[in-house]
Amino acid sequence: MTEPGRAGLRPRPPDQDDARRDGDAVHALARDWAAEVEGTSYVPMGSDELVEYLTEISADLVAALRARPADTGVGLEAGRRLVAAHFTGPSTVERTIVLLATRLPELLGDEVRADVTVLIGALAAGYSTTLRDRTLDEQEAIRRAVIVARHQTEQALHASEARFRAMFYEAAIGIGLGDLQGRIVEVNPKLTELFGYTAQEMRRRTVGELAHPDDLPSVWVQYERLLAGELDNFGVEKRFYRKDGEEIICNLTLSLVRDEHGDPAYQVAMLEDVTERHLLQSHLEYQAYHDTLTTLPNRALFSARIERIFDSTPPHSARRIGICFLDLDGFKAVNDSLGHEVGDLMLQAVATRLAEQATDGELVARMGGDEFVVLVENSRGVAQLVALAERLLDALGRPLVLAGQELSVTASIGIVERPVADGDTSDLMRAADITLYSAKADGRGRWALHDPSRDEAEVTRFALSAAMPVAIEREEFFALYQPLVAMSDHGMRGVEALVRWHHPQLGVLGPGRFIGLAEETGAIVALGHWVLVRACRDARRWYDEFGDAAPFVSVNVAPRQLHEPNLLGDVEVVLAETGLPPHLLQIELTERALTSDEGAPLKALDGLRALGVRIAIDDFGTGYSNLSYLRKLPVDVIKLDGSFGEGLREADAADPVDERILGTLVELGHALGMTVCAEGVETAAQAARLRRLGCDEGQGWHFAAALPREDIGDVLRDPAGPPWPGPARDAVTGPSVS
Amino acid sequence: MTRPAWAPQEVDIDRPSAARVYDYYLGGSHNFAVDREMARAAIADWPDLPRVMQANRAFMRRAVRYCAAQGIDQFLDVGSGIPTVGNVHEVAQAEDPTARVVYVDIDPVAVAHARALLADDTRTGVVHADFLDVDAVLGDPMTRAVLDLDRPVALLVVALLHFVGDERRPADALARYRDALAPGSHLVLSHASADIMPPEQADEHVALYRRTATPMSMRPHDEVVGFFDGFTLLDPGVVGLPFWRPDGPVPAGADRNPGYAGVGRRD
Repeated sequence: MTEPGRAGLRPRPPDQDDARRDGDAVHALARDWAAEVEGTSYVPMGSDELVEYLTEISADLVAALRARPADTGVGLEAGRRLVAAHFTGPSTVERTIVLLATRLPELLGDEVRADVTVLIGALAAGYSTTLRDRTLDEQEAIRRAVIVARHQTEQALHASEARFRAMFYEAAIGIGLGDLQGRIVEVNPKLTELFGYTAQEMRRRTVGELAHPDDLPSVWVQYERLLAGELDNFGVEKRFYRKDGEEIICNLTLSLVRDEHGDPAYQVAMLEDVTERHLLQSHLEYQAYHDTLTTLPNRALFSARIERIFDSTPPHSARRIGICFLDLDGFKAVNDSLGHEVGDLMLQAVATRLAEQATDGELVARMGGDEFVVLVENSRGVAQLVALAERLLDALGRPLVLAGQELSVTASIGIVERPVADGDTSDLMRAADITLYSAKADGRGRWALHDPSRDEAEVTRFALSAAMPVAIEREEFFALYQPLVAMSDHGMRGVEALVRWHHPQLGVLGPGRFIGLAEETGAIVALGHWVLVRACRDARRWYDEFGDAAPFVSVNVAPRQLHEPNLLGDVEVVLAETGLPPHLLQIELTERALTSDEGAPLKALDGLRALGVRIAIDDFGTGYSNLSYLRKLPVDVIKLDGSFGEGLREADAADPVDERILGTLVELGHALGMTVCAEGVETAAQAARLRRLGCDEGQGWHFAAALPREDIGDVLRDPAGPPWPGPARDAVTGPSVS
Repeated sequence: MTRPAWAPQEVDIDRPSAARVYDYYLGGSHNFAVDREMARAAIADWPDLPRVMQANRAFMRRAVRYCAAQGIDQFLDVGSGIPTVGNVHEVAQAEDPTARVVYVDIDPVAVAHARALLADDTRTGVVHADFLDVDAVLGDPMTRAVLDLDRPVALLVVALLHFVGDERRPADALARYRDALAPGSHLVLSHASADIMPPEQADEHVALYRRTATPMSMRPHDEVVGFFDGFTLLDPGVVGLPFWRPDGPVPAGADRNPGYAGVGRRD
């Protein structure tokens, strides 16, 4: 480019000095330039890089000024490079122009001033052009990015909306959208299916039209609160009518949808059809409360009903309740002889007949097996129940025709009729149970009316058996010892341990009151163990004091204990712990315990004998005495039952037969190498005869009653002392433990 | 209706975006009138603002170079914003041409732009995810393709956490990144702070950012240091932006810079 006034001027070829001077100028300019613009724009460069970058531009500018006429292209390029390095801040270009206009003439001489102006103009042009292009490019880029981002978002929205719509349309629960006026706006196919309306028909309805007469008022209160924005959602089980009038039951969840300001905007209802579940539930409930064989209500329903009566009756109410507790007579025989199928048919037929008699709202239930109960919830008195029982018995009086045969059936009925407030469910049922059994005991085909005095004894039995385990723990039991005496010299050989219960309310109880119960409940095992330990401890004390003169102790073991797998181990442990020599322990068993079973019990006895413990048969002669069997038993002592000696009590009138039998038993025992002991020796004459018959040992009031441990010690210490305490000392001495 | 969580975020260019405002502060034109209006309002309140942003950008550049000098050649820039001048990959690849960089941002426009810009660069990747969704960031196929998480990575959390309130538990997310990264990885972090600002100015600035989709919470020095929990904080610790290993003399007035910066190493 040639400019006016510059024509004809040729550039002077640069010499070395010029080059060095220009180099200095370039560096000075770049340094000043960097200092001027640093911080005016963000350029991703460190200070050194910045100077370096500006040095390149400076060098070009200086070179252009030297090469006259100055090439405006260099100015344009310098402007472009500034923008390229991101010198985009407005003050950068301002400071650059001022700096170049001032410093270039200073550094290169005043003669370049005009060219500097030209170059700066070109730089400004290059700068603005590049910046404009860059700005437009960036604007376009960002707009394009927005379009892309929107497109992607739309696609994502579309995809999520498609998913949402799929969820809405395919949902297995009914979904409906309503506005705040209760108008139904949108429903999904499942909802239309639930209600039997088309979507269009649904949309013409309002939420209020979905009310059902069974709706609790609270449902609609909650609905109003939800629309008012006070509730965000609520769930309820609610009945609805379908278009065809059929009723459905749904779990309804209603939710409030709010707008972006948090104000209520829509309501969304979700309905899950639980009609089937309800049907199933009622079916299961029916099954749970009904007997499948007879279709009568079962024990669970009866119990629930009766519990409700007791729970809902206030304490002083005059309301009375009555039950007939019925049990077929000899039903087991029917099952056994005619088979269970006939038995079942009989139960069904009986159930039908009984149910027919329930004409006054009575509940007839099968309690299980062949037991039935008829409940009169509001009894008018005993007469009503007795009349009912008689009707029930009459109804069973006509023969049943079952599987082609005519069968007669009778039943026994226990009647209880009492004020509800007089007791609780278990009192009532226990009374019914007891009364039924007394009806049976009185003979079949009868009813018996509950007699409160009659079952007092039973109630005591229940109370005692329930109290026993705790009583054992509390050491309410204690032992007495009845001496076993040598018939030859009346010296004490041993003692039999006899258990008593010092009951906190009832006083001292003899074994007759509780041993039977303990055997029934199994408490005998713990009690027997307690007696064994107690007796062995006491016997050990006597052994410590009297040595070889100490008596052995005889402890009764119940049949049930004999079946405990660890009886032998138990005895071993007790002997070891108490330190009692085994030969001072005798175990007494009843004949029944020994003969009723074989195997394990006998093994236990062999084990005990192997220890050195003696085995005695108690009450011999009262059971089914199999004399030949006696031979096989591992037994050391037979204790003849007191009944054998009864005929020998009177001094002058002995029964010769009794005497003969006794003599034979003694001989038999001796023949088998056993010691023979006579129980129940009450008179001197008896004692004399028994000794003559060969009895080795005797036990009974004639010698001594059951004595406390201390008294036994006293006797041993002074055998020649006052007579041994007799019956008067211990009024409750009863039969021995077993 | 409020937007359900499963619906994608909408592209709303009627609201200023932190990423585009930042671009404007740095002299870029990847922004719209609404962004520039907000940026100008912010600058009117706080004329130093562009300088602060430049200082932040300059810190990031120095920190990337530092990490590269430690032999780190993988960078994960979370909250990268609009790819503007002096991007991480430019700085890193200037040091090591094989360096790999993944940019992560939640702003769909920023992500779209970054993808357009870096479409042909196989050593970089762009992920659209939320910093707090650590699984989404680290599990993204792009992250997995570009980075080898069994080797050290420089995690850049630059000028990001002041957009994450305490209720969103940013420290928990950082701990999860830390646990996922290989030993030798670095955390590069900068954060706005009101420590040296007059309180009313800080409040105004925070108020201004409420207009954006990314409101702001300034934190004091000790809380910023707390973000390095589990990292060994490297010299000179958490300091004002210009004071973190400056290239040359720190310019006058640098101590007025209301931002903290630091680099930590996971040992």
